[in-house]
Amino acid sequence: MVPTGYFVVLSAVLFSIGTIGVLTRRNALIMFMSVELQLNAVNLSLVAFSRQLGNLDGQVLAFFSMVVAAAEVVVGLAIIVSIFRRRATINVDDESLLRW
Amino acid sequence: MSPEQLVFWILAPISVAAAIGMVLSRNAIHSALFLVVNFVTIAVFYLVLGSPFLFVVQIAVYAGAIMVLFLFVIMLLGVDRSESLYENIRGHRVISVVLVVGVLLEIITAIRLGMGVGSTGAPGWGAVNEGGNPQALARVLFSDYFLPFEVTSILLIVAAVAAMVMTRQRLKAVPSASDASKDEEVAA
Repeated sequence: MVPTGYFVVLSAVLFSIGTIGVLTRRNALIMFMSVELQLNAVNLSLVAFSRQLGNLDGQVLAFFSMVVAAAEVVVGLAIIVSIFRRRATINVDDESLLRW
Repeated sequence: MSPEQLVFWILAPISVAAAIGMVLSRNAIHSALFLVVNFVTIAVFYLVLGSPFLFVVQIAVYAGAIMVLFLFVIMLLGVDRSESLYENIRGHRVISVVLVVGVLLEIITAIRLGMGVGSTGAPGWGAVNEGGNPQALARVLFSDYFLPFEVTSILLIVAAVAAMVMTRQRLKAVPSASDASKDEEVAA
């Protein structure tokens, strides 16, 4: 049996890589994919803790988080597409004009 | 080394390497494909952790539906847009990598102090999954979590409607046949 700590550490590593992606990349699509990576990393730690505690609530929470992630992807990609139609760019630095 | 440990030690480096490749690759398509590899490895970890239901959902929803949506949008927006390397805040890449590595070390220290890395979990995991993991999950989902479950269905409908409203093209009104005949009547 693989110790739970290994999965949690792996999940922390994946979450950190996703955070680096969000912070350093300027392409809105790749930033969004990095957010998905972070969500998945957290799901992995939820399932790992579900086994650690001998309780299915963690798996149910991971399931709900997948549903919310699906809804979030749909709305997020729709926003990216409509921004692209208006400004012809998906570089987030160019979208700073949003504040005007 | 047990088969589970073998699976973990083979797939964990692949998972991390795919995540790093996703962040580093210039081409958005390559990023998406690396992310699919990462999602599949995470799905296998769900199987190792005793959750075959989430394994299937992860493959179908993430690696299937969500990544296909991403690839569609990448194709729609054009794949060969090069990213500018101009930094609005000087040195923000280096600063963010340093900060994230610091946070990672802090999390790992917290895990070591909090639960220890070697703990394998509560005994009696087999009893929790009585009658199979999907059945056990369904019992929890449809009793304790029934209201949240119904709320997610509303959420999905709202998201689908929102996507349609936001990406709708405002077309110019095309004169229909009845309008044209009206115009003729006016002209006559």
